Amino acid sequence: MRAYKPKDNVQAKPYYTDRYYVAPQVPKQDVASDEVFAADLEAIKAKFEVKEAYIQVGQMVIYINPHDIYSVLELMRDELEYTQLSEMSAIDWIAKSNQFEIFYQMLSMTKRKRIRVKYFIQNGQAVDSVEKLFRSADWAEREMYDMFGIEANGHPFMKRILMPYDWQGHPLLKTYPLQGDEFAAWYEVDKIYGKEARDIIGPELRDTARVDRYDSERFARLGFEVPKGTEITGDEQPHTESYQEEGGVFLIKKFDKESSTVIDDPQR
Amino acid sequence: MAQHKVNYTQDGGLPVALTSIDKIVNWGRSNSLWAMTYGLACCGIEMMAAGASRYDFDRFGTIFRASPRQSDVMIVAGTLTKKHAEFIKRLYDQMTEPRWVISMGSCANTGGMFNTYATVQGVDRIIPVDLYLPGCAPRPETLQYGVMLLQKKIRANKAGNAQKAKRLM
Repeated sequence: MRAYKPKDNVQAKPYYTDRYYVAPQVPKQDVASDEVFAADLEAIKAKFEVKEAYIQVGQMVIYINPHDIYSVLELMRDELEYTQLSEMSAIDWIAKSNQFEIFYQMLSMTKRKRIRVKYFIQNGQAVDSVEKLFRSADWAEREMYDMFGIEANGHPFMKRILMPYDWQGHPLLKTYPLQGDEFAAWYEVDKIYGKEARDIIGPELRDTARVDRYDSERFARLGFEVPKGTEITGDEQPHTESYQEEGGVFLIKKFDKESSTVIDDPQR
Repeated sequence: MAQHKVNYTQDGGLPVALTSIDKIVNWGRSNSLWAMTYGLACCGIEMMAAGASRYDFDRFGTIFRASPRQSDVMIVAGTLTKKHAEFIKRLYDQMTEPRWVISMGSCANTGGMFNTYATVQGVDRIIPVDLYLPGCAPRPETLQYGVMLLQKKIRANKAGNAQKAKRLM
């Protein structure tokens, strides 16, 4: 369990320190406990430096040097039968150590094993693209750039993938506010109508519980709605909505409940 | 040659109806509301259900069109992201006047549960909306009722006068 801290003024605290539950660590096993993983680790260790290796929840995790990543994945793909890159992305540890942790989840269909290759880079550093090895890394690296701002050297099309091309900021950074910064709040208004329209359209309404009894069309008082632009005096008469005018509609036959038959049998 | 004899004074009267321009134009407009296919998220599924045989929008003259040039009403069904905002504005501008907009569901009305950086907090920040349908997602009956209310709104207009163009600003 995480240690108790008083939470009287959570808002004043930094966004990323006290906001999330820090999960307890899953127990780690020694790599020697699994002979397939042990053999794989030996093969990797023969050529590259492995900083740390352990087995967690049946998957091996290895930490390597950032500049080795292309060669390690090439070795794993060509010689160790880890032919699929399931996913890759980054973890934001900027608050803790000004670092990003990059992970590559590898899958071997023949061995039925998964290995997670990890390394740390400093904030602002770029990674080597593995798009030449795995096509799945193409979009994954673009997404990593989009969400974290980590560029991949050697990628053929290093552009944003989820957010618009002219977006500013990287939303998955822990310092990025969930409801968006100043740029995000006015993005669509600035783009479509221009900055001068901000005053006319107004800021986003983010408080979903807000009830304004005197809003311009009285949506807050159901049954008391008025057309746009009407002067609101406060003594509007309630009205019930019906789908058709009282006197009927020209050329349209009005539904008559008396003359219709209700079929009760669901198996008709 | 067959001999046809229609006795207009006897068989239900002349095939002629007397009415006003307003009524006949509004009758035409309100009963052929061609909707622009604008399913953005799960509300789009309910919109499709409303168009399919069980609820059958064709009875109301509402036929889904794939082009803004052919449609009269835009049913914004689903979450509008900020990336997509400029396209909804462009498609709205391509619709011919008179045109109407139904904002279907919580996401289109207010952003709904997506209180995040990437979602437009209500399509009425981008385009003028005639009708807001509550619900997450609204049932097809709600959409049918909404279309009927829109028909009623159209019939209340003076069709003879040039319709004032709706502008957000």
